[in-house]
Amino acid sequence: MNVALVKNETGSALSDSFAIARDRLPGTGKVVGAREAAFAAYAQAGLPHRRIEDWKYTDLRALMREVLPLAPAPGTAELTRAATAAKLHAIEGVRRLVLVDGVFAPKLSELGGLEKGLVIRTLRETLEAGDAALQAQLLAPDNSNPMVALNSAMMTDGVVIEIADGVVLTQPLQIVHIASGNVPAAMFTRSLLRLGKDAGATLVESYVAADGAKTYQVHDSLIVSIGNNSRLDHVRLNEDSRDASNISSAVVSLGAHAHFNTFGMMSGAGVSRYQATIAFAGEGSKVETNGVNLLNGKQHADTTLFMDHAVPNGASREIFRAVVDDRAHSVFQGRIIVRPHAQKTDAKMMTRALLLSDEAEADNKPELEIFADDVTCGHGATTGALDESLLFYLRARGLSEKEAQALLIQAFVGEAIESIVNDGLRELAIAAAERWLEARG
Amino acid sequence: MPAVQETVDRVRQIDVDQYRYGFETLIESDKAPKGLSEDTVRFISAKKNEPAWMLEWRLEAYRRWLTMTEPQWARVHYPKIDYQDLYYYSAPKPKKTIGSLDEIDPDILETYKKLGIPLREVEVLEGVVRPEGQRKIAVDAVFDSVSVATTFQKELKAAGVIFMPISEAIREHPELVKKYLGTVVPTSDNYFATLNSAVFSDGSFVYVPPGVRCPMELSTYFRINERNTGQFERTLIIADKGAYVSYLEGCTAPQRDENQLHAAVVELVTHDDAEIKYSTVQNWYPGNSEGKGGIYNFVTKRGDCRGNNSKISWTQVETGSAITWKYPSCILRGDNSRGEFYSIAISNGHQQVDSGTKMIHLGKNTTSRIISKGIAAGVSQNTYRGLVTAHRKATGARNFTACDSLLIGDKCGAHTVPYVEAKNSSALFEHEATTSKISEDVLFYCVQRGLSQEEAVGLVVNGFVKDVLQQLPMEFAVEAQKLISISLEGSVG
Repeated sequence: MNVALVKNETGSALSDSFAIARDRLPGTGKVVGAREAAFAAYAQAGLPHRRIEDWKYTDLRALMREVLPLAPAPGTAELTRAATAAKLHAIEGVRRLVLVDGVFAPKLSELGGLEKGLVIRTLRETLEAGDAALQAQLLAPDNSNPMVALNSAMMTDGVVIEIADGVVLTQPLQIVHIASGNVPAAMFTRSLLRLGKDAGATLVESYVAADGAKTYQVHDSLIVSIGNNSRLDHVRLNEDSRDASNISSAVVSLGAHAHFNTFGMMSGAGVSRYQATIAFAGEGSKVETNGVNLLNGKQHADTTLFMDHAVPNGASREIFRAVVDDRAHSVFQGRIIVRPHAQKTDAKMMTRALLLSDEAEADNKPELEIFADDVTCGHGATTGALDESLLFYLRARGLSEKEAQALLIQAFVGEAIESIVNDGLRELAIAAAERWLEARG
Repeated sequence: MPAVQETVDRVRQIDVDQYRYGFETLIESDKAPKGLSEDTVRFISAKKNEPAWMLEWRLEAYRRWLTMTEPQWARVHYPKIDYQDLYYYSAPKPKKTIGSLDEIDPDILETYKKLGIPLREVEVLEGVVRPEGQRKIAVDAVFDSVSVATTFQKELKAAGVIFMPISEAIREHPELVKKYLGTVVPTSDNYFATLNSAVFSDGSFVYVPPGVRCPMELSTYFRINERNTGQFERTLIIADKGAYVSYLEGCTAPQRDENQLHAAVVELVTHDDAEIKYSTVQNWYPGNSEGKGGIYNFVTKRGDCRGNNSKISWTQVETGSAITWKYPSCILRGDNSRGEFYSIAISNGHQQVDSGTKMIHLGKNTTSRIISKGIAAGVSQNTYRGLVTAHRKATGARNFTACDSLLIGDKCGAHTVPYVEAKNSSALFEHEATTSKISEDVLFYCVQRGLSQEEAVGLVVNGFVKDVLQQLPMEFAVEAQKLISISLEGSVG
């Protein structure tokens, strides 16, 4: 493929779309400057390709080809279809905040009776008239990653959540991204969660498609700051359409003695990449990141995690499981860096891939970068098929081949799913895994 | 857990300031004009009396090199190399025509004597007590750009083994060289391999005919002596059907303030049922404690298990060089073929190591094993970078990887960058970096018999490495022995 040509084509198509979209993008002054700088950075790099080390296994030039134009603001018809989808994917007991085609939908969201100390705004209003501190935090991600830069340039809407010091939310918050998918289009969203000191919250992010939505692109990012002694539980469920792409980034920073527990499940989207950077800014904090990829058909899912131990006495655990069937392709890149003086860091990472078909592919790159000597760090990676002897054992006890496989797969992903603390959410993830297994037949 | 004192002391003993091979031999030499051009390539080719096809091959590589750019992906940092400020050929000036060992320049003989390399066939290594009494090692000694002596030629010839400088092999066995040269590491492979293809001056050539087990260890000893000189050797080893050969390589250089370039290429080919065991003790001058001087070591080593049931095993002990950029690899093409990589990489002072391996599984039921230990001290950076990949048709591919790193002090860095790629479901790959997981069965057995967990792990891993190290000649083993007992305590993945 002629790389230069591809770059020019998508590059110019995109600058047109940036120019057209400009009026719809919120913010003035500083925000506009930041957008332009971000767009320039993206335009120079273009879509990442396999010769960029970080994107070695996920060549967006081949997989995504181009960035689609910005989705039009949803009309009545779109919102109605989105409402149906929202109902279908509803989770009991959570406070729902809905984005349809990248635009906040107040009518589908629950904004009444907010607990004391909880403030929810949209990205649009924050960028247009928000306080400087929030804006600075929203514009903080640098432009070194082209897909983050693109998101910074094009972000249209999102949810900005603030939780005051000492407030522990009892009700989980859910941000639902719904694509109505009338026309092939892209949505660019950015959300922020700021958790004060001694606070606690649970955040669920869901990505779903309305009935009939097919070709669309989700470009999302999430910025999280967790205050001292606070705890955030985070669950991310991707059930996008099989023809859709989902490129999401997360930037998380933890204060001292904070706790971040995150779980992600990828079973939707044709092409997906989730890239998270988790930085330890205060001592004595703890992070658990767990993930499951359940892939079949021609799906391509990439999870790229960057754990940044910048201060001493941090602990992190990463557990990742991939189940790959048919011609699907699962990618896991985990990088742990222990910076100089980040002594007594305890970081572990385990990634395992299960290949169910001879055409499936799993690529693992667990990376350690260690600059401090008094640490315990380790990683493990395995790749293989289902154990024949275990299958035989179950078959001998009367299970069909598929049933036996399903049981073993459930056990395989179980370790990662079990780390979800909230019972309801854990059940939800288990149900999603079961649905995937049932769909296998 | 920090490293134990004993380990710290041992590593200090092999610190950069303790470099024992830093002396220089003052002899007259015959050099190519400084810089690199087509004329330099022609000069080297003419010096070696090479046939026209060889010159063409070199020139093609040179022209390609001009279009290439230096790779940047490794975790090593160094000032830009000025390729025009180097001598690409340097040979000790012969005092007269050499007929036997006695006629070699005594200064050179003295150099190798100082290094402890036996060039006199009758000599048995000092201090080596072996049950068989007279274990022999055939040595090819390469001084700057040329091979100065190859021992035990007669005995090897009787066995049918060809062991000679590659420059001679090009003249005497052109059909073999033509058939294999550049088939494992093509001239276009990478920047440094292409440079090597254009300007390589000498190296060893080994051919072991079908069914022959090479009667002795083969060894090449590389010495850079001349100032401002790059050393570019090329080694080609072929084990024909059912053959076996064990090959050792050692290297040292004088202590100098400037950085010198070493860009070698090693190609191994094994046919059906053949085996090559390749061991390296790399001890180029690492630079002083301020990071001044030292060798830039950019080496391309690759083995091709072309035949079924063939095996290639790489063992490396890396202690020298200011910069090491080296990934001995195995292409497991034949069914049931096997690749192994055992490595101990120690970096001290300002050294930078980026080393590892590639195991490329192409044939059916291929297996590979990677054991890597990296030890970083001083302000050095030590990176393991490894690739394990199974292609769609490589059913039953199996890999086990264990890499441990140890940091001594808080100013150094140890990094692990493994790439694990599986493209079919029957591939079974395991990559681990936690020491407690090395063969639970064996550990359990040891612990049952009263060893602590730590001792058991040490025993298992060291016993394993020791087995390979014992194959090394004594001089090399002395260096290596110090390392094998290094405790794994406090190691990180």
